[in-house]
Amino acid sequence: MIGFQTLLKKEILRFWKVAFQTVAAPILTSMLYLLIFAHVMAGSNAAFEGVSYEQFLIPGLAMMTMLQNAFANSSSSLIQSKITGNILFILLPPLTPWNYYGAYVLAALVRGLAVGAGVFLVGVFLAHIPIHNMAWILVFALFGSAMMAALGIIAGLWADKFDQIAAFQNFIIMPLTFLSGVFYSIHSLPTFWQNLSHLNPFFYMIDGFRYGFFGKSDVSVWLSLAVTAGAFFCLSVATLHLLKSGYKLRQ
Amino acid sequence: MVYAIDVANVEKKYGSFTALAGVSLQVEEGEFFALLGPNGAGKTTLISTLAGLTHPSAGTLKVMGHDVVSHYREARKALGIVPQEIVFDPFFSVRETLQFQAGYFGIARTAQLDSWIDELLAKLSLTDKADKNMRQLSGGMKRRVLVAQALVHRPPVIVLDEPTAGVDVELRQTLWSFIRELNTKGHTILLTTHYLEEAQQLCSRIAMMKLGKIVALDTTDHLLSAFSERVLRVKLAGELPQPLASQRIKQEGKAENCWHYFSIHDYNEVEVLLCRLREAGAVITNLEVTEPELEEVFVKIMNQNDSSVGHAT
Repeated sequence: MIGFQTLLKKEILRFWKVAFQTVAAPILTSMLYLLIFAHVMAGSNAAFEGVSYEQFLIPGLAMMTMLQNAFANSSSSLIQSKITGNILFILLPPLTPWNYYGAYVLAALVRGLAVGAGVFLVGVFLAHIPIHNMAWILVFALFGSAMMAALGIIAGLWADKFDQIAAFQNFIIMPLTFLSGVFYSIHSLPTFWQNLSHLNPFFYMIDGFRYGFFGKSDVSVWLSLAVTAGAFFCLSVATLHLLKSGYKLRQ
Repeated sequence: MVYAIDVANVEKKYGSFTALAGVSLQVEEGEFFALLGPNGAGKTTLISTLAGLTHPSAGTLKVMGHDVVSHYREARKALGIVPQEIVFDPFFSVRETLQFQAGYFGIARTAQLDSWIDELLAKLSLTDKADKNMRQLSGGMKRRVLVAQALVHRPPVIVLDEPTAGVDVELRQTLWSFIRELNTKGHTILLTTHYLEEAQQLCSRIAMMKLGKIVALDTTDHLLSAFSERVLRVKLAGELPQPLASQRIKQEGKAENCWHYFSIHDYNEVEVLLCRLREAGAVITNLEVTEPELEEVFVKIMNQNDSSVGHAT
């Protein structure tokens, strides 16, 4: 247990020591999105009845930033350690695959939640954001961030250079999160794009998270929960399997 | 009997390349053991396999009786490894690095741990660097931190993979004095090095590897006596008297600068040989006794074609 706690502490300190880059910068980026989109879209039709565009946008942005940062935390930590060689320090001790999994996922969760809370706090100054059900908000924040943390571990294990992680982030994570209904309700899309959005797991995370604020969503919140929890479970099994086999860590 | 390190028929293959071809060796508790060989001989692969960084293709490895695969947690607790490459975590200070490393091994942050870390820092002349970020340290200092990291969980078995590569003389002496002290206290030491004089001075037993195999395994004394010899070399004012020419093993140089070499087994033979030279009318202008050297043993063994030398224990 001490080994796990130590690795968790080290992983949290790793991003906290550069909090300007890992926490403050994504909050600032989200704030810029918020200001620009809220200005451009001012007066446009709200996605849900009785919900302004700013109100609609803020939870989605908070969730998107949480997901991106949870992924960035575990993936960047692993690839940095692999490339600099200091991964050795955690491979030599008697840590178990569960220790690695738990510490990397929880540290990513902490960063994701810190950034998400920051975006939310900034949003509170710009618009009134109702809270319909705190439990749904937390469930989606936790499952969504943990899922992305697990995906980050897989990407960090798989990648051999920073370039590959950047490609993973820019060509997979970024498009899927941007096209997940953060900036619009999928009901505003043509049928083809609506159907395509249903294949994007990030859509369910954003939609379910937003349900916690407004009590309204594009699809059933239970379906969103099933997709989010299912993705988390499947990626966790895959992550633990890779860690147990020593994939790209132990030859 | 439980060996500190017990390696039995270990093979490691990477596709068609064989890095370890059936290596077996045992190191007893408290030994100071050297593992020598040219680059690519398989030393680091063997150490990596022992540390669980590499999975063996066949065979078993145990540390203090614990199998490194089936009981990896116990085996890793018993092992401290100083890696060959200088690696560090740029986010943390020296003290934080050591505290984390102890924590990974399940050691709680107590006053006892803090005092052991202070002792390690003092022994390795790092006290004034304790709160410096790792990035601010020189290469030699970073290597000392690696040594401290390997020792912070007080492992009974310590593996040093070329710990003095690129390290200055003063640090080398500090390091060896500390490692000797640990060995005296009962820690088993396995050392790989390209500085053969270090291995000769420190280690009681030596294994030599070539192309993934152990080609020699014996006590340092046995290897030295079997493959090297003590030599007396003399310079004479004139020619070497004929009766002694047959005893000479080689000569170097010409005329008055010529060195004549004679093999001797112990120092009593020096006086006998000098008497014979004087009796034969030779005038000695210079003389030296050269001790057997591990480097000579190493070169001879590496150039041999047969697969094994000495006896395994």
